[in-house]
Amino acid sequence: MQDILATLLFVAPDWVLSVTRERRPNAFWAEYVLWPAIQILVVLFIVLTLVAYLVYLERKVSAFMQARLGPMRVGPWGLLQPLADGIKLLLKEDIIPIKADRAVFIIAPIVSVVAALVVLAVVPWGAAWATIANVNIGLLFILAVSSVGVLGLVLAGWGSNSKYSLLGALRSSAQMVSYEIGMGLSIIGALMFARTLSMSGIIDGQRLDGIWYVFFQPLGFLVYAVSALGETNRAPFDLPEAESELVAGYHTEYSGFRWALFFMAEYSAMIVTSAVAVTVFLGGWMFPGITGTSLFGFGPIANPTVHTFASIVVFAAKIMALIYAYMWFRWTWPRYRYDQLMELGWKWMIPAGLANIVLTGIWYVLALPKAQGGVFGFMREVNSRLVPTGRGIIYFIVTAFVVTIPIVWGMLVTINRRSRDFNLHEQRQLQSQLRRERLEKMLQEQPRPAETAGD
Amino acid sequence: MVMQEQPVTNPQETLFDTEEMVLNMGPQHPSTHGVLRVILKLDGETVTDLDCDIGFLHRGVEKIGEHDTYAMITPYWDRLDYVAAVSNDLCYVEGVEKMLQVEVPKRAEYIRVILTELQRIASHLLWLGTHAMDIGAVTVLLYCFREREEILKIFEDFIGARLTAHAFRIGGLWWDAYPEFETRVREFLKILPGRVEEYETLLNANRIWLQRTVGIGILPAEEAINLSLTGPALRGSGVKYDVRKAQPYSAYADFNFEIPIGENGDTYDRYLVRMEEIKQSAVIIEQALDGLPEGPVMAKVPKIIKPPIGEVYHSIEAPKGEIGVYLVSDGTGKPYRMRIRPPSFINLQSLKRMSIGHLVADVVALIGTLDIVLGEVDR
Repeated sequence: MQDILATLLFVAPDWVLSVTRERRPNAFWAEYVLWPAIQILVVLFIVLTLVAYLVYLERKVSAFMQARLGPMRVGPWGLLQPLADGIKLLLKEDIIPIKADRAVFIIAPIVSVVAALVVLAVVPWGAAWATIANVNIGLLFILAVSSVGVLGLVLAGWGSNSKYSLLGALRSSAQMVSYEIGMGLSIIGALMFARTLSMSGIIDGQRLDGIWYVFFQPLGFLVYAVSALGETNRAPFDLPEAESELVAGYHTEYSGFRWALFFMAEYSAMIVTSAVAVTVFLGGWMFPGITGTSLFGFGPIANPTVHTFASIVVFAAKIMALIYAYMWFRWTWPRYRYDQLMELGWKWMIPAGLANIVLTGIWYVLALPKAQGGVFGFMREVNSRLVPTGRGIIYFIVTAFVVTIPIVWGMLVTINRRSRDFNLHEQRQLQSQLRRERLEKMLQEQPRPAETAGD
Repeated sequence: MVMQEQPVTNPQETLFDTEEMVLNMGPQHPSTHGVLRVILKLDGETVTDLDCDIGFLHRGVEKIGEHDTYAMITPYWDRLDYVAAVSNDLCYVEGVEKMLQVEVPKRAEYIRVILTELQRIASHLLWLGTHAMDIGAVTVLLYCFREREEILKIFEDFIGARLTAHAFRIGGLWWDAYPEFETRVREFLKILPGRVEEYETLLNANRIWLQRTVGIGILPAEEAINLSLTGPALRGSGVKYDVRKAQPYSAYADFNFEIPIGENGDTYDRYLVRMEEIKQSAVIIEQALDGLPEGPVMAKVPKIIKPPIGEVYHSIEAPKGEIGVYLVSDGTGKPYRMRIRPPSFINLQSLKRMSIGHLVADVVALIGTLDIVLGEVDR
């Protein structure tokens, strides 16, 4: 049994790769059909199972936060609950409302789930062969395709012919479009250092620079994290499906497996946005102590596949940590209102993203090698790539934390001072002053009329 | 009930044809707290008009009252405001006692106060949980239910029922307190402050909570009085009116406690008022337990209750506001007329006044802040 497992895990990938390398007669099939098909199937299987278990995890995490147990009945500790849920959803009656636009109603969840699953292709799950498609515009591809997902929600809202769905769809389209801008702007700072859009290229950039970009780009990471919450419609930005206002928002009229498709889209969007955050800001599959030939000092390990699996584990662990944070937020915070959400997006996230780009650009130009017109010369050229020196790393971290964040914060607070919802304190004082003037005219204790008439 | 049709804007006059959307919220809706139907007229998401359609839970309790004997009516009162059954009972039972001019033993009065204040805490906890959930903070609900459960357990052991507790009898109590009653209530009072702190950590300084509640649904004091609001909804607007102080009933004159009032009359102030009331209720219970006298718990009341001809109005401070009973006796064993003053019903009037100009999400928050129970609105 162990032999078979070891063969499958360690020998098979190398064998398929060696076939392609040695250019045997069937190399074309192996390289362009067999191997991609295996990768696609494995990733889809793993991600969809993961999605099912993320729902389980969400229920467990929320339960533990709320002093309950969560699912406990199906299997040990309720571990088979996702399976039961899946079967239930498959067997449920598929209702299409008579007044709904049938074609649009059917297409909507498909658009949503396809957009969410396609982007999984360029996610770098691990080193070497675990990166399925190393596209040189990977990040752009993710941003572009995930914005198609909003189309599914709009179609669902329109096609359902229900007012709650329509309101939900309007909210989600406005929200996702505005938060996408903030999301796009927030990663540009990190891209300046990486100088590539390829997902594995960005991770490699962090390896060469010797630091995770979250330390160079704390503000960018913050803006990205908030925008990602908005982009995936997660709490506290879950207005499109706010159950206490819109019943279920755009999927109010959906049932059975069509509804499950929306659910899958939401959770795989969570995985993708977390994967992008891990790739761009948190060093991807890198972890201190894990190198190509050793694991935390053990080694040297000759088999490169060991490193690949270690990298997959690291990447998955980082994603899960972010997803846990998502769940943590959801079960702690109340929900924003629609106009407040828009204000946060347009008045805070987008200006912060823009300012971050400008300031990072200035720090970057100043740090260029003196030969290229820089002032400090905190960078040197290695293999036609600019890498910060030891002092350069400290310089970038200090500028980011000590200069960029206070400047941007001060700027935004000044700009938004007159804004309606972000100076609650002054607003309250003004109101209470008005109230007090009115109250002075009034009796504090209302005299009470005699209460019994009969005796 | 039915909204007037507005003339549709003439497309000739404006560049684009626009019309307001009428959204039917409820009676089956997650956050209308039962079977309230709210008809909203929306311009985008802004509410331009609002109407409440009530009566889906109408059972005719007032009419039933004319057919039952005085003792038989009490359980129906449990089902008015079914999350504060004990408070309702107190109102009715005291109303009948006032008619009969019965002197209730001191011990019974004190136990009544303890149970009623426990019920106020339970009701406010349920309100806090559902209100926070309407605004999106789900976890608070579960925390509140954890403490409410403790109160319901105390009720269960005392009365035999958890929700529709038929707690009091005309003339006093049916049973004396069970032996561990005092220690169990004291244990609950010991854990309560820490738990209230927990909720306040989650909400009080939470920026999103502030943005969702501060300045939402402002009711100035004079408007609150003109709408005849009572309870926390009125006190949130800064009017210091509480029946427990204004017209002390039962044993409330014996206890020292504060009446918290708000400043701005917005949703946040009503929240703060209710949180403070929870703490004040605990103070009252503490005093009542300390001074719990010995003695009988039942006054001498005839088996068949026949009050003298006349009428009486009695009101008490229920968790939702001032609940009142107006009884007319024709000298027989059944009331000639029973009229209920339901605080939820009267407070609900202010929803339209508060909602117009706000967004859909705020309407949900405002229904929550009024703390209505449809069993009482519809009777």
